[in-house]
Order: sequence, then structure tokens, then C-alpha cells
Amino acid sequence: MEDRIIERDFGDLAVNMGPQHPSTHGVFRLKLYLQGERINKIESFLGYLHRGVEKLSEKLTYDQLPPVLERDDYLSPTSNSLGFINAVEKICEIEVSRKSSYIRVLVAELQRISSHLVALGTYGLDLGGALGGGASLFLYCFREREKILDVMEDLTGTRFHTNMNQIGGVRYDVKTESINKIKKLIKELKPVLEDYANMVSKDEIFMKRTKNIGIISKKLAEESGGSGPIVRGSGINFDVRKNKPYECYSEFDFNIPLGINGDAYDRTIIRMQENIESLKIVEQIIQGIPSGDIHSRKPLKSPKLTRPPKGSSYFSIESPRGELGFFIVSDGTAIPYRMKIRAPSFSNLSLVEKLLPGTFIADSVAILGSLDPVFGDVDR
Amino acid sequence: MLDSFIIFATPIFKTISILILIVAYLVWLERKVAAKMQSRVGPYNVGYPHGWLQPLADALKLMTKDDAIPKNSDSLLFNFGPIWIMVVSLASFALLPFYFENPMLNVDLSLMLFIAISSLIIIGIFVAGWSSNNKYALISVLRMTAQIISYEIPLIISLLIPCILIGSLSFGEIIRFQEDVWIIFYPVLGQISFIIFMISALAEGNRIPFDLSEAESELISGYTTEYSGINFALFYLAEYVHLFGICILGSIIFFGGPNGPIFSGNILIVIKALLFFTLILFIRWSFFRIRIDQLLKFNWIKLIPLSFTGLLLACLVKYYMDFN
Repeated sequence: MEDRIIERDFGDLAVNMGPQHPSTHGVFRLKLYLQGERINKIESFLGYLHRGVEKLSEKLTYDQLPPVLERDDYLSPTSNSLGFINAVEKICEIEVSRKSSYIRVLVAELQRISSHLVALGTYGLDLGGALGGGASLFLYCFREREKILDVMEDLTGTRFHTNMNQIGGVRYDVKTESINKIKKLIKELKPVLEDYANMVSKDEIFMKRTKNIGIISKKLAEESGGSGPIVRGSGINFDVRKNKPYECYSEFDFNIPLGINGDAYDRTIIRMQENIESLKIVEQIIQGIPSGDIHSRKPLKSPKLTRPPKGSSYFSIESPRGELGFFIVSDGTAIPYRMKIRAPSFSNLSLVEKLLPGTFIADSVAILGSLDPVFGDVDR
Repeated sequence: MLDSFIIFATPIFKTISILILIVAYLVWLERKVAAKMQSRVGPYNVGYPHGWLQPLADALKLMTKDDAIPKNSDSLLFNFGPIWIMVVSLASFALLPFYFENPMLNVDLSLMLFIAISSLIIIGIFVAGWSSNNKYALISVLRMTAQIISYEIPLIISLLIPCILIGSLSFGEIIRFQEDVWIIFYPVLGQISFIIFMISALAEGNRIPFDLSEAESELISGYTTEYSGINFALFYLAEYVHLFGICILGSIIFFGGPNGPIFSGNILIVIKALLFFTLILFIRWSFFRIRIDQLLKFNWIKLIPLSFTGLLLACLVKYYMDFN
């Protein structure tokens, strides 16, 4: 018998990270090929939270869809329905009243703050562990978020999946007491948000862990199709609210914070600065909510189905994670013929395969957290 | 025969039971302090004032849990790991004068022996991580070994600085020396060695910012990933016993042990150790974790040169003091 020479290749150590892992922000599976502590190669697997929303939308009417779509990006539900409703209104050529537009933006911006607070808190868990300083940051962030949710409850009756937006307007009017409550919220939130931004950005260990980690160059950011804080961290001035203003954003005065290096640190700091800008918008809305109807159609006492004319439309808005677009094809019935969602988390997450190889295991967590993916949004 | 065995075993039994009681309440203290820092309440419902029965409930829960052993693991080593760690961390207390007037083992080189015993813990941890047959546990123990080996050097040197100034390695001598002035108040050298001791104690005790072996955001739970039930409880307990040992060591070497401004007694050692433990808690619940390469670089480039400088300085001071 021929002698067999057994060659054993003690190659890379393949480690599965996810789908059940504390720091993959949901159900994301990464297969890391490790050489010691260093990552040589990665493979990523998606689809563990696929709920078939796009297919489901071919079975539901336009009026039934917004509450379903709010479950998509579950950290900022309003922005999903806002994008969808704007796309429908674009086909139907419905003009919404200025008041309802103001209320939509109010809810969306409040939810942007709450979403960014969750992003910062969970990033703390990624960096500091659930049994350390990270947990303290996480709980601080959630304490502040709780106040926003209380206001949401007051505005819409729901704490989280607000279901505020409707085709043609909004569901509920803003009461005077609610305005007072929001004023109080702004007063409480403003110093706290600045405090957290300083607390994190000047922390020695935080800087050590995030500076020069996961650098997205300007070129890579342009090629990747990423959007939101991820590309703004690299210094690309792209924000749908400014570039293609929708609703009533052109009436407000706010800045787009930009980063320089495009590393994880810049992305986190930009989220913190965006919070402060969002608070500015909320302040301006509160000062002058116009009078008028909140709904361009009759209130839904006698439900009438929305039947858009034949055609298609694409509408994108700025969700906390980036450009969230809805492409709708209508065949003239009450049910969409086809709907495609351009999810920001999905495009942003595609950067992972470019960023992770060559870094340490600990960095992989820091980079993934700084991209802030929401897996309801990625898998849909 | 039986009489002499009882005489031999009674102090050991007493020490261990008191130690485990203290350590159980250290966990409770930690949870309460953490809760206060994070504006929560913490354990409250088990036991009337502030959930004081919580540690007992936790222990009971862990004991009744199923003790699962992974299929492809080395079950002998798998069970040996936690027992070894527990035994070693309890054994180091034989040298510490914290409960009885005199320690059970009264030798001249007690400090050296204490360090020698407590550094055996790494064997148990390595065995546990290796035999679990889990990649996360393996990475964790590799990290842990690198970390403990490199941080043992500054830890020992920071303890040698007071010993050179005192001129003895026995706890009795060290305590007697500090009747007048505690080492922490010794100009320059006391503070330098305390800071080095503090940092390397955090690394030795596996606390944030240095808890890389347990980095749950990367390695699930490190070397304890596969452990459950009573085996996990042993790890948990041993970690706190070890940390409490380090705290007592700190209180003896730097804070004068039983010597106090108003009264003296062994209860002061425990009180000082508890304060020291609370300081470690504050650090733990307010910092992020650093990365493994940064940890080692910090040790070899900053901490070790600093500690050797301190050692040299201590030698010079001792030399001139002895001649004048």
C-alpha cells in the first residue's frame, strides 16, 4: 500500500459569530477566519430575520401597509411609514396640509433622537461589556429615551410603533398639553445629550478603541452605496433632508454634522451631534405649528380604500440609518403590484466585508456596532 | 487522632465558611453599587431590607441547575478546572491574617508564598478553557495567560517596593512597621507603588477595563462559556474570593492592615479591604474595556519600566537610610 503523506494545514481558526451572539445587534452571522487575534477573512450570512415584508405588501392594501412597515426598522418605526406614505402620495398626487407635515416631522425627529440614543447605548455594550461601564452608558441612554417614549405615548397613544402617519395626513392632532410636555422634554434633554456626547467623546479608552478603527475612505464611501452617518463620517455631505428636501424640512434651520477621518469614532460623534440638531428642529416645530386640518381627506369614519392611478414612484427619506427609499408599482387597484424597499442598513452593512479583514476580534465588534445596523431593516 | 484532626480542621472550616459568606455578600454589594451608579434599584424583592437574601437565592439556584458537560470535552479536566481554582484561591487565605489574630501559616516569606499560590489560578483557568473544546474559551484562555503572565511582573514589583522599605516579606513585620505611618503615606514611593498595584490588581482580578478573558461582547463569556450549574458557581465564587484576597493584600501592605487612628484590630483589615473593593467597583462600572494589544503594550512599555524605576528608587532610599 502506498504511503500516504498526511499534510495538515493548520490554517485559520474559523469562529462563528452569531446568529446568536451578544454583539451582532440582532441575528447576523459572521464567520471569522482568525490568525491568532487577527481576522484574515470573513464571510457574512444574512436572512435570519427575513419576514417577507415586500411580498406581504402585495397582499395588503395601501392603508393597511404603514403599520406593517413600521415593524421593519424597529428602532425608528415612523421613518418607515413616512417614506412609504410619501411614495404613495407621490403617485396619487395628494397634497398634505402644512400642519400634518409639521406633525410628521416632529414625530420623526423625536424618534431619530431615540434611535441614536439606542445606537450609542448598544455601542457602549459592545465596547464596555454588559458587566461594566458600557452597561452604565446603556442604561443612561435608555433612561433618556424613556422620556421621549413618554412624550410619544402622549402624542399618539403608543409608545413605540406610533402609527401616526396616514395617507393624506396624520392620525392625531397635537394638543396644547402635549406641546408643553415637549417643551419640558427639550429643556431636560438638551443638557443631557451634550453631556453624553462629551462623556463619550473625551473618554480615553473610548478614543483608544474607536479612533482609526474601521476607516471608510471617501472613495469607498462613494462606491459602497452607503448613506447616513456612515458616509457623513467620511466627510461626504449627503443628507436627504438637505439634498432633496421632503415634507417641510426646507423651512427649518439645521446643520449636517460631518466627520473627517471616517472612523468609528467619527460616526459615533456624528450621531451625537445629529441628536442636538434634531432637537433644534423639534424646537422650531414647537414654536410654530400652523393651524389647519391634519388630514387632507375626510377622517376615516367611512373607510375608503386608496386607489392610486397606474404608474410607479420612488421616494426616499432620511431615516436615522441613512437613505430609506420606497419604490412602488401600482396597477390601479388598492393593492400595490410590487414594492421594493431600499434599506439603508443593508447597504451600510455591505461595508463589513471591506472593513473587517486585517483587524482584531475586538475591533470587529467595534466596527459592526459603529455601522449601527438594524436587522429588521436589513432582512426585511 | 480524631481530636488532633478537629484541632487542625476547625480554623480551616471557620475561615472558609466566613470567607464564603463575605464573598457572597460582596456580590450583593457589587450589584447594589452598580445599580446605584446606573440609577436602578438592584436586588430588592428577595429578603426584606434591600434583598439581603439574594446571594443565598442565587447560590441555591445555581446548585439546583443541571450541570451540563459538553459532548466532546475532556470531562475529567472539565470538572477539575473549577475545583482547582476554588481550592487555590481559598488556600491563599491561609497566609492572610484577616480572621484570626495570627494567620494559619506563619512563615517569614508569607508575601512571596501568597503570590506564588495565587498565581497558580491560571492553571485552573487554562485547563478549564482548554478542556471545554470551545473556540471562544480557547481564545479567552490564550488571552488570559498572556495577560496574567505579563501583569504578574508589575504586581510583584509594586509589592516589593514596600517590602524593601520595610525590610521584610512577612505580613507580621509589614503590619508592625506601619504602626506609625502607613505605606500609602510614604512620600512618592508609596503612591507610585500603590498606583502600579491598583492597575495590576485590576488586571489580575479580571476586572474592567482589563477583563479581556471574559469579554462578552466578543467571546460570549470567555472560558466559562460551557460551564453551568455548580461548576459555574465555583468559577464565580473563586473570582470574587481571589479579588477579595487581593483587596486584603492591598489593605495590609498599603493601608496599615489592622492599625487604625482610633482603634486597632483585625476587623479594620476587612473594612479597609471592603473600601478598596468598592473603589474597584467604581472603576469597573464606569470604564470601557481596552483591547488585548493595547493592554500588553501598556504593560510592557509603561507599567514595567515605571515599576522598575520605583524599585531602583526604593533601593537607593533604603541604602541611604541605613547608612545615616
